[in-house]
Amino acid sequence: MAKTKVLERKPLTPMEKTFLPQILSGLKTTFGTMMQKDVTLQYPEERPNIPDNYRGVPTLVKDPNGREKCVSCQLCEFVCPPKAIRMTPGEIDAEADPERAHVEKAPKEFDINMLRCIYCGLCQEVCPEEAIFLQDVFSLSGYSRKEMINNKEKLYELGGTLPDQHGKWDKKKAAEQSGNAH
Amino acid sequence: MELLDAFLPYLLPIFYAVAMVSVFMGLCSYSVLAERKVCSWIQGRVGPNRTRLPLLGHIPILGNLLTGLGIFQPAADGLKFLFKEEIVPGHVNKFYYMLAPVLALAPALTTMVVLPFGRYVDADGITQPLVLANVDLGMLIILGISSLGVYGIVLAGWASNSKYPFLGGIRASAQMISYELAMGLALLPVFMWAATPGSDYGMSLFGAVQSQQTLWLFIWQPLSALIFLVALFAETNRLPFDMAESETDLVGGFHTEYGCFKFGLFFVAEYAHVIMGSALFVLLFLGGWNFLPGLADPWGESLIGSLLSIAWFTTKVFSMIFFFIWMRWTLPRFRYDQVMSLGWKILLPLAVGNLVFNTIIIVLYDTFTR
Repeated sequence: MAKTKVLERKPLTPMEKTFLPQILSGLKTTFGTMMQKDVTLQYPEERPNIPDNYRGVPTLVKDPNGREKCVSCQLCEFVCPPKAIRMTPGEIDAEADPERAHVEKAPKEFDINMLRCIYCGLCQEVCPEEAIFLQDVFSLSGYSRKEMINNKEKLYELGGTLPDQHGKWDKKKAAEQSGNAH
Repeated sequence: MELLDAFLPYLLPIFYAVAMVSVFMGLCSYSVLAERKVCSWIQGRVGPNRTRLPLLGHIPILGNLLTGLGIFQPAADGLKFLFKEEIVPGHVNKFYYMLAPVLALAPALTTMVVLPFGRYVDADGITQPLVLANVDLGMLIILGISSLGVYGIVLAGWASNSKYPFLGGIRASAQMISYELAMGLALLPVFMWAATPGSDYGMSLFGAVQSQQTLWLFIWQPLSALIFLVALFAETNRLPFDMAESETDLVGGFHTEYGCFKFGLFFVAEYAHVIMGSALFVLLFLGGWNFLPGLADPWGESLIGSLLSIAWFTTKVFSMIFFFIWMRWTLPRFRYDQVMSLGWKILLPLAVGNLVFNTIIIVLYDTFTR
C-alpha cells in the first residue's frame, strides 16, 4: 500500500481570513491570462496541424507510377470490425494493361461506408500491399446516406499517390525476366 | 415660432430623457459585448468576431477591425431575441410572468434620472451638474428605487411556478435584504463628511462629487468603499454573489422559464444595474468627474470643459464596468450560507463600526477645530 503523506494545514493568518490577498492574486492571474496570446484556432480559415500518423478517412493510394496498388486480396474486408468495407475482386485485363498483367488481380468495386467506419486503422495495418491508408482528411459530410459511401473512384481521388519503398511487383517482374523467379 | 418657445421647456426634458435612455441602453448592449470579450480574453479565447454588417463591415481595414472586435455583435444578439419564438409555458401565471421582466428593467432605468454625469458652469459662474433631475435626495432615490429591482426577480421566480426559479427568487430577495443594510450604513459616513451642516447639497450625488475635489473618498474612507463595493456586487446579482441565477445548482435561477425577448429584458436589466452601480461607485468614491486627487478640474469653463468632464467620468465608469467583469471571471460563486454569513456577520458589524468610528472622528474634529 502506498504511503499517504498527511499535509499539515496551517491555520489562516488574520489577513488571509479576509480573503482579500487571495482575491487580489486571483485578479492578477486572470489579468495575466488576458495578456497572453489566444489559443483559439479560427477553424475554417486556419487548419490544425495534422500529424503524419493521424488516422483520418481511409483512402486507396496509387504507387509513384500512378498504378493501382490494391490487389483485391480482401484482407481489409475481412478484418474490418464494423464491416464498412465491401469489395468485389476483379482481374486485370492482360491485353489492355500488359505492364501489370503479372499482378493479375485488382478490385472491380471498392466501397467504404463512412457511416460504419470507426477509423480503427486495422485495414491499413493488415494490407499486404500498403494500398490503403488512413490519411489526414478529418471532416467528412454529405447530404444523403448514399453520399457517405466512398466508391473506388472517390477513394483514389482522396488517396492520391504515396511514395513506395518496396516496388514489390516491379522487382518480381525483373526477377522473372532474369530467370530468377523465386 | 412662439408656439415652439412656449413648448420648449416641456419638449427639452423629453428630448434629454430620450437621449439619455438611448445612450444608456446602448451602453447596456455594449456591456454585454464587453462581458463576452473580456471573458474570452481571460480564458484565452477570441470572443465574438464574426458578425459583420453589410456596408459598414466591408470598409477595407476598418470593417475587419470592427468585425474582429465584435462591434456589430450586440445588433445580432438583440435581433435574435426579437425574432425567437415567444414561448409562454402553460404552468405560469401569465400576467405576473409578463410583468416580471418589465419590473426588473424599469427601476434600473429609472434611477438614472438622478445620476449626474458631468458638470457645466452656468452664466452666473456657478458649477452645475449635468443631470436629468437635480434633486437634493439623489442618493436616497437611487437606493430606494434600485432595490425595487428585486421585485422583478421575486415575481419572476414566483410566477414561473417551478421550483428552480422559485429558489432563485427566494435567494435573491434574502440576499437583497441582507446587503441593502450594509450598503446604506456604508454610505452614511460618506454623506456625513460630504454634506456638512450648512452645505447646499444635502444627499445629492453632485454634492458628494464636489466634496471630493481635493481627496477622493476612496482614499480616506477605504472601509466604506470596500463595504459598499461588496454590497454593490451583491445588489447587482453579479458573481461572486449571483445566488439568484447560479446556473450550476438552479439551472438558470429566476429566468429558467423565460426565453426570447423577456429573457433579453432581464439580461439588459442586469447590465443596467451594473452600469448604475459602477457610476454610483465612481461618483461616491472615485471622485466623479474630478480629474485626479488634488487636481480637481483642469478643464476650464467652456463647453469643451463640460464635454471633457463627461468623457473623464465615462472613462472611470468603463474602468469600473471592466472591474465588475474582471471580478466575475476571477472568483467562484459563494455558497448561499456563506453569502448570508458574510452579509450579516461581517459586513453589517463592520459597517456599524465604521459608522460609529466616523461619528466619533467627526465629533472630535468639530470640537477641536471650531
